[in-house]
Amino acid sequence: MLQKRVIPCLLLYKGGLYKTEKFKNPVYIGDPINAIKIFNEKEVDELIFLDIGASVENKEPNYRMIEDIASECFMPLCYGGGVKTIEQMKNIYAIGVEKISISSQAVINPSLLIEASNMFGNQSVVVTIDIKKDFWGEKKVFINSGKKNTKLNPMDFIKQIETLGAGEIVINSVDNDGVMRGYDVKLLRDIKAITKIPIIALGGAGGLNHIKEVFEVSRVDAVACGSLFVYQGPLKGVLINYPSHDDIIKTTF
Amino acid sequence: MIAILDYGVGNLKSIYNIFKKVGVDSIITSDIEVIKSANKYLLPGVGSFDHGINSLRNAPFFETLEIEILQNKKPILGICLGMQLLSNLSEEGKEKGLGWIDAKTVKFELDDKSLSIPHMGWNKTNPTNTKDIYQKLGENRFYFVHTYHVVCNDEKNILATANYGENFTCSIYKDNIYGVQFHPEKSHKFGMQLFENFGEM
Repeated sequence: MLQKRVIPCLLLYKGGLYKTEKFKNPVYIGDPINAIKIFNEKEVDELIFLDIGASVENKEPNYRMIEDIASECFMPLCYGGGVKTIEQMKNIYAIGVEKISISSQAVINPSLLIEASNMFGNQSVVVTIDIKKDFWGEKKVFINSGKKNTKLNPMDFIKQIETLGAGEIVINSVDNDGVMRGYDVKLLRDIKAITKIPIIALGGAGGLNHIKEVFEVSRVDAVACGSLFVYQGPLKGVLINYPSHDDIIKTTF
Repeated sequence: MIAILDYGVGNLKSIYNIFKKVGVDSIITSDIEVIKSANKYLLPGVGSFDHGINSLRNAPFFETLEIEILQNKKPILGICLGMQLLSNLSEEGKEKGLGWIDAKTVKFELDDKSLSIPHMGWNKTNPTNTKDIYQKLGENRFYFVHTYHVVCNDEKNILATANYGENFTCSIYKDNIYGVQFHPEKSHKFGMQLFENFGEM
């Protein structure tokens, strides 16, 4: 049977690896290539890299760095950050990346999603949705690294991008980012009930118990974790880590 | 030298990278002379069946490749869509496949509606034969992404099966021709072993 995927999600910023908390205060973790080499040895299921500077600073994706990453990745790789055009996507796929995540552009320019899924196949196009509570405590879709409230209701937006051709959706909880107290299991369960697209939960994992919980309660297809796989201990010492395959099997079945 | 066939379809760079990692010489190419001189072939592929088969048939090297595979019996390994193209036909398209292995490509029709399609993720594979590309693999897992799968008309062409709601064929072979539905180039040490095996064959 298919094993549920447990995916480290790494944030790139100015060429280094960083970790944020609630999308703020990026803390330097180390060199991305070094981290990949360690994750390779640990045989991770998949890797997600998000360049958190590219979109906000309106930069081209850093192809050279993406190529360095891809040439070391012997597992499925998803890249996101600053991708705005089909041309850019072609370049990134040609470098050896199998999945590209689009986020802000899925809101601003939905035709990119349609065109990309037609051209590269749904399975290659991931949409990452940043969800955050607004002033009134309502969960909304945010863009530009959590800075801009689109006022879109997450459920409506998911239904919309499902018809446009998203192959997978990463649900990223801004409020839970780096907090390590568990996923937004209720939101994720509600999302799973309205869509057939594979859902990857992101934001909040602090231990394997949280991963187990979100698989059991929300029935998500995969989980992604940031802090959990780069920090160790209550003082958050930097240590790239990943559970053994046996532990994953125990956690996900 | 293994020629990774460049016909505009598929993630060639990842395959090149993993051959390099395991110390097997390979080259991404569409050059007829290079293809003639290669001793093995890698047929990648992602995307739709018709687009894949048309692109391959229209590639300038296609006739050369046919001679090298069917007459000179040089080994070839098809990956993902590259494996499906080895079959006679696909439910996904109208075009004929290569027909190098007597099989057809069909869509997953699963009774368990809770299972997502495409079949995406890591799955165990069970070989019927642990020689050649399946040497030294033992307990294994490979990364899959696909909506269609191959059904052999002759059971002896089944090299491995996997289970996703039902057992299905995930690897096929006949003489010098091999196909795998999964992506060994994205499957860590299991993929490395498989590519090393193919390199040593």
